Amino acid sequence: MSTDVKIPQQLPTTQHHAPEGVKLPIYMDNHATTPMDPRVLEEVLPYFMEKFGNAASRNHSFGWTAEEGVETARERIAKLVGATTKEIVFTSGATESDNLAIKGVAEMYREKGNHIITAVTEHKAVLDTCKRLEKYGYRVTYLPVQKDGLIDLDDLKRAMDEKTILVTIMAANNEIGVLQPITEIGKLCRERGIIFHSDATQAVGKIPVDVNKQYIDVMSISGHKMYGPKGVGALYVRRKNPRVQISAIIDGGGHERGMRSGTLNVPGIVGLGKACALASEEMSHEAVRLSGLRDRLRDRIMTRLDEVYINGSMEHRLPGNLNTSFAYVEGESLLMGINDVAVSSGSACTSATLEPSYVLKALGTGDDLAHSSIRFGIGRFNTEAEVDYVADRIIETVERLRELSPLYEMAKEGINLKDVKWAAE
Amino acid sequence: MSYSDKVIDHYNNPRNVGSLDKGSTDVGTGLVGAPECGDVMKLQIRVNRETNVIEEAKFKTFGCGSAIASSSLATEWVKGKTVDEALTIKNMDIVKELSLPPVKIHCSVLAEDAIRAAIGDWKKKQGTAKPVAVEAK
Repeated sequence: MSTDVKIPQQLPTTQHHAPEGVKLPIYMDNHATTPMDPRVLEEVLPYFMEKFGNAASRNHSFGWTAEEGVETARERIAKLVGATTKEIVFTSGATESDNLAIKGVAEMYREKGNHIITAVTEHKAVLDTCKRLEKYGYRVTYLPVQKDGLIDLDDLKRAMDEKTILVTIMAANNEIGVLQPITEIGKLCRERGIIFHSDATQAVGKIPVDVNKQYIDVMSISGHKMYGPKGVGALYVRRKNPRVQISAIIDGGGHERGMRSGTLNVPGIVGLGKACALASEEMSHEAVRLSGLRDRLRDRIMTRLDEVYINGSMEHRLPGNLNTSFAYVEGESLLMGINDVAVSSGSACTSATLEPSYVLKALGTGDDLAHSSIRFGIGRFNTEAEVDYVADRIIETVERLRELSPLYEMAKEGINLKDVKWAAE
Repeated sequence: MSYSDKVIDHYNNPRNVGSLDKGSTDVGTGLVGAPECGDVMKLQIRVNRETNVIEEAKFKTFGCGSAIASSSLATEWVKGKTVDEALTIKNMDIVKELSLPPVKIHCSVLAEDAIRAAIGDWKKKQGTAKPVAVEAK
């Protein structure tokens, strides 16, 4: 006897009616990248055609004008993070900054030791750099994280030894938005004379960051995560109390006090500077607005759907981030159903390598829930109407896909999926 | 990654979603894949025991759009075929029909496995001791 299930007929996307003031498609993936703020673009444009000089041309006004733009940007970035201008080095982005920080410290301090401590949830720019250093004979400890995504400070203490020269822990995680206890980590490192690097790509411009209050010695910054341009970033390198030195990884002329050679990306740098200036002014009230929107999204979804799990601590989290798993529904199929909304998933099916999210795995999230996860990144240009629309589309798509799901069917029949002997693929 | 129109069509209008009575001797149930892999397909067939023709087929899938489309297509294809004809369905036929990219070929493999598993289950119920041959790839 067949039990025909009525599948609510899915309208082809073009027919989805967006409510007033909602333009489709909606971008809600602000941890992947952000649109440039129009005020940043306005600041940047003159540097392409009128103020086009090489900032290193010391002998004519074209160079001086470009240099002025660069130095203004440098001040703005320093101001946002509590640094001095001499401590800001421009790079091509946070990936390069991470490489420069970790390799630069490792090489400079290799007489002192060869042990580096990091965490399993770091960005690949940190993890892959550490893996490369292991090939060169460095020893790396990858700290686990707890269920909420935070490292255990006792684990860190225990891992530190006389050969430890660097601890590198990100300020905010790009997948689950979780904030590590940076100040406590920094203090532990300072007490032991260990250099502390933090990949602050997702944190700078979103939450307050102060290199002195938080005992940070080296820090990576990215332009395109804070409504600035892509292809530009910075590295903060402490000059005092204590003075930290790094070896360059790019040679060729000794720009940026010998730390990073190469003609400066003046338009990009000007954009990064303006993005930081805007963040300095707007960050605190923007954070309130974004966490309100994020909580609204979460509550609207969780009121209507059951078996929705939040990945990572809600208490220590970026204001605009939400990462949830929808049991019995696979992430890529969910993305397909909401294809007028841009978000991302921790499902293996969405990754180039067919591996599920290693960050979710590190939390102890089962692979099945990792496959069912969606990351939302609410940003400066998202509105309440967009949040409501996204929530509603998620709800209707999850409901629809659960009707298609054999796992949902089995769960409703009272079968414990963990007891089932699955056919290996 | 953009999907072929056929995959999108199956996703938006899946054919034969649902369940058949597992307990019936006319029904074969195939359950393949695993939640940890991100792909689970349940494919069921109801076979006319006199003609050996698959008269009804239903599916449910936990997986990506390509997996859903592959299993939906599988139910379309087995309907009306005899059990032995259905065994000739190859995963590459599914790949061609849906224009699946290389990274999604495994979805078609799972669909083929689901067909064989359902047929195997049905045959077992008929007392036919013959195991369903899964071709060496």
